[in-house]
Amino acid sequence: MKVEDMNNVLYIDLTKKGIRTESRRDLFDKYLGGSGVGIKLLEEECPPGIDPLGASNPIILAVGPLTALYPSASKTVAMFKSPLTGNLGESHCGGRSAMAIKLAGYGAIVITGSSDLPLYLAIEGDEVKFRDASSVWNMDAVTVGRVLREVEPGAGVRTIIRTGTAGPKMVRYACAVSETYRHFGRLGLGAVMGSKKLKALVITADKSVEIAKQKRKEYKRAYDVIQNIVVKTDAMEKYHDLGTPGKIYNLNKLGGMACKNLESARAPEEIAREFSGEQIAERYLSRRISCAHCPVGCVHLAALRELYEPGYYFKTVTVPYDNETIYSLGFMLGMQKAEDYLLLNDRVDFVGMDAISTGVILAWATEAYAKGLITKQHTDGLEFNWGDVQVYLEAINKIVEMPNEFYQNLAKGVEHASSVYGGQDYALAFGGNEMPEYHTGLACYMNNLTGARHSHLDSAGYDLDQKLMGKDFTIEGVVSALLKEEQWRQIPSSLVVCFFARKVFTPEIVIQALDAIGLEGWTTEKLEDLGREIHRAKMNFKFREGYDLAKLRIPKRIFEVPTPHGYLKEADLRKAIDIYGEMIGV
Amino acid sequence: MAKKLAVLDVNKCIGCMECMFACSRRVGRVGFDKSAIKVRSAGGIERGFVIVVCRACENPPCAKVCPTEALRARKEGGGVILNENKCIGCGFCVQACILGAIFWDSERDKPVVCKYCGDCVDYCVHDVIGLVDVKGEV
Repeated sequence: MKVEDMNNVLYIDLTKKGIRTESRRDLFDKYLGGSGVGIKLLEEECPPGIDPLGASNPIILAVGPLTALYPSASKTVAMFKSPLTGNLGESHCGGRSAMAIKLAGYGAIVITGSSDLPLYLAIEGDEVKFRDASSVWNMDAVTVGRVLREVEPGAGVRTIIRTGTAGPKMVRYACAVSETYRHFGRLGLGAVMGSKKLKALVITADKSVEIAKQKRKEYKRAYDVIQNIVVKTDAMEKYHDLGTPGKIYNLNKLGGMACKNLESARAPEEIAREFSGEQIAERYLSRRISCAHCPVGCVHLAALRELYEPGYYFKTVTVPYDNETIYSLGFMLGMQKAEDYLLLNDRVDFVGMDAISTGVILAWATEAYAKGLITKQHTDGLEFNWGDVQVYLEAINKIVEMPNEFYQNLAKGVEHASSVYGGQDYALAFGGNEMPEYHTGLACYMNNLTGARHSHLDSAGYDLDQKLMGKDFTIEGVVSALLKEEQWRQIPSSLVVCFFARKVFTPEIVIQALDAIGLEGWTTEKLEDLGREIHRAKMNFKFREGYDLAKLRIPKRIFEVPTPHGYLKEADLRKAIDIYGEMIGV
Repeated sequence: MAKKLAVLDVNKCIGCMECMFACSRRVGRVGFDKSAIKVRSAGGIERGFVIVVCRACENPPCAKVCPTEALRARKEGGGVILNENKCIGCGFCVQACILGAIFWDSERDKPVVCKYCGDCVDYCVHDVIGLVDVKGEV
């Protein structure tokens, strides 16, 4: 296929079991791919005000012009209406997903409707097979992967995107898992798949893109420039050696690590050491792997040997560990041992739920239990207590199984659960999404509140907070810097390149890379304009679905614990939100 | 001395597939259908990877079964050379290679086999594969 074939969008209707492919050059020429094309397809396919768990909610998977063609262009963007926040659902995933979609011949896949019986989709050649998934419907994310690996062709050059047990039960923060260890984690794509009776997608990369003869030299030159920067920047060292947990110890030392539902922002020294990237790597690291076409290899897998029954019955589980999950399932739940955190992470991955949301919800439940807002009657006999791994393991199962109303409420997220049982002051969700790791200052919370996805990677407020340590700054300055960052980040997420390699993809490099594959005419100014336009389109979708800056709930807890910048003031944060509103003109 | 491709340390492989992409890039392609090297998991990524590529056998079975001498053992002593003009696309070579290192170009109906050019090696930043001297008989 040719470079321009990436403009093909595959439309799959689960209700009618029908497909069509349409060239959407109109969208890809203007919006590149990924987030840019994704939000436009979402505007087209998602009617206002629909039930996110109804048949009308589309799932859009989009890759971009650089996908598969350049190193570290390894991410797929999923767009949908989030069943957790009720507005924009956007989640990014690596693994082999992006490479497989592109080399299956598509720039995007749009899945609409809802099936009458459980099925999975096998996308291979020019065919889409609708296969009965009744026998794997309630399987965990690991086992279903194994079954599909064996039954479908394409070993080594395919992606298997699936839900675990939480997706079919429509836990609002159920994720979709790809290649066992990567996730469309946040905002509930797994629940949307569950609502459509869609268990999995198997997509095989059985085509190749032909670079035009006259462009081959230029393409190779542009490729080599990027390759050389990727392997020589600090990204290699930072993300390959210890992976994302490399910064755990220092963040805690700085006092920016939320612990025990933000009872404090600094764990004791021995805990920080226990959960540091260095300690976990030395004791448990078993393998480092990468997403397709990325030389960095940031994915860190731990091997955990556990005795599960007396009489020498051991098993060894492999757990992908990351900075954010160490925070949510380790620090937030008051874990004492890294091993216990790994057990929780393994269970969360097994059922297929977002690890950040799960940790924050259980942390809220633990505090609410201690304060008597919820009792053993609610918890179905479990006694929530910081660091009690067995109780948390059971609680994760109960969230999926939903034996009573309490767990049904937990399965809807902490915003919802706290609206039922109280304890909103310490229900750590922003815009309905459970909070990411950082308690670093004004910028990180502005990021959580106003970021289009309420994800720490929207505008990297945590990073700005740390850069501003010891410096004078104004609220206006912070808001303006965050907005500018988030607007620009729409470009890497439309190309689509991994945010870990974002520093490699400067406007100059991006223009060169696009030029070399025949996508000419881009300038820095055009890219920046497009970034603003995509960001605005995403925000408009949020506003359309009820997101309101004036009504943002801010849990009081964040003002009660000092950040590295001292105590944060609610008035300052409210002022920052107002300034943000003025800046984007709402 | 002639070179051959060798897997130096498979334990360092992170499965990035850059070698596979480098191989198809030689013919202006991005993808795997023209690639003479393949990396796949050894039964689940947690168990590591398997690198499938021509190991430049001294007495190559693929050449032995080729009915038209399109695939010849290299004179340098290890590995094969493919003369596509002579190839009739019978696929015997694929069956004869128990390593699975002869791939198939279904567009042209011809085998794809490593030429020991080392392009893939240039993109393996984790030193998993390398070019080494052929040490067989000359």
